[in-house]
Amino acid sequence: MATPVMDKADATGSPEPGFGDSPYITATFRIRRFNPEVSAEATWEDFQIEIDPKERVLDALHKIKWELDGTLTFRRSCAHGICGSDAMRINGKNRLACKTLIKDLNPEKPITVEAIKGLTVLKDLIVDMEPFFQAYRDVMPFLITKETNEPTRERLQSAEDRERFDDTTKCILCAACTSSCPVFWNDGQYFGPAAIVNAHRFIFDSRDEAGEQRLEVLNDRDGVWRCRTTFNCTDACPRGIEVTKAIAEVKRALITRRF
Amino acid sequence: MPAGTLYRGREGMWSWVAHRVTGVLIFFFLFVHVLDTALVRVSPEAYDTVVATYKTPIVALLEYGLVAAILFHALNGLRVIAVDFWLQGARYQKQMLWTVVAVWVVLMIGALYPVLGHAVRELFGS
Repeated sequence: MATPVMDKADATGSPEPGFGDSPYITATFRIRRFNPEVSAEATWEDFQIEIDPKERVLDALHKIKWELDGTLTFRRSCAHGICGSDAMRINGKNRLACKTLIKDLNPEKPITVEAIKGLTVLKDLIVDMEPFFQAYRDVMPFLITKETNEPTRERLQSAEDRERFDDTTKCILCAACTSSCPVFWNDGQYFGPAAIVNAHRFIFDSRDEAGEQRLEVLNDRDGVWRCRTTFNCTDACPRGIEVTKAIAEVKRALITRRF
Repeated sequence: MPAGTLYRGREGMWSWVAHRVTGVLIFFFLFVHVLDTALVRVSPEAYDTVVATYKTPIVALLEYGLVAAILFHALNGLRVIAVDFWLQGARYQKQMLWTVVAVWVVLMIGALYPVLGHAVRELFGS
């Protein structure tokens, strides 16, 4: 039976792996700390850690929290880019900490980590997501049909009809897009890219029958027309959704009322 | 609370910033333009005096800046319209931006002589 062998370098006759071959590097993480119980001001704090550059920023945050400073506060759940909990501003850009490798960030310079912009910071990297989720709820992100009786069979849909809104089904509600939007920073009343993406997902779904209502919601003063096509949302989306394109499609649907 | 670092947006964000800045500059120009044109109703002599100051090299340089602002705002405006109305617009926004910048550079070179020629002749003789 084959057993996993750890010291493969010795087995192949190559010289003993020296300490100089360590994959570890010293990286500085400059984290924006905020604790309302201590100070009303947010401050930068530097942490130096030994870490493999092939690890992710989330691993670095764990290392800091578990080994250096237990008060560092951040959200994360699945740690694999699906739950959308750990969106934060890393080196000035919105990303998921669990999908950002340290080697891709130029670890020779301090790596800045701060909370996403435009939402109230509660502590360190945690923001109040309620305005974000309120906008999400306002677009009614669920299937609405006009028939009153329970259906007796599935609601069938052609592959082409499904393809129409495939891109916007990928959203994980991490708020990376909405909190990258300059319009949202200035006016939190704007629905924001994420809510529009999730409205798009149902507006262009052939099975849904409330597209008109959703378009009316987004025709609001704080709806799609606030979009200034800066493309920050498209660049920030960790799922690669073409957010600005989806918003433009909703704008066009509002003009033509055909979808 | 200090805002932290500047958001590192890419081409789209900076083109939007430039669009805003040039828009505000053009607004201020129009404001001054309406005022100086309205001056002719007050006194044609005062109008002539004001317009005479526009022939100085410094104003010529400002005019070149005005050409720069209007050209960028106009060309990028076409790009923004394309992003909203052309089905593939969002996908090609970066290419369109670099096209805008290229056309802008060509037109700015073309505007050099007509706008600044007079000022150069005045400063350095003919």
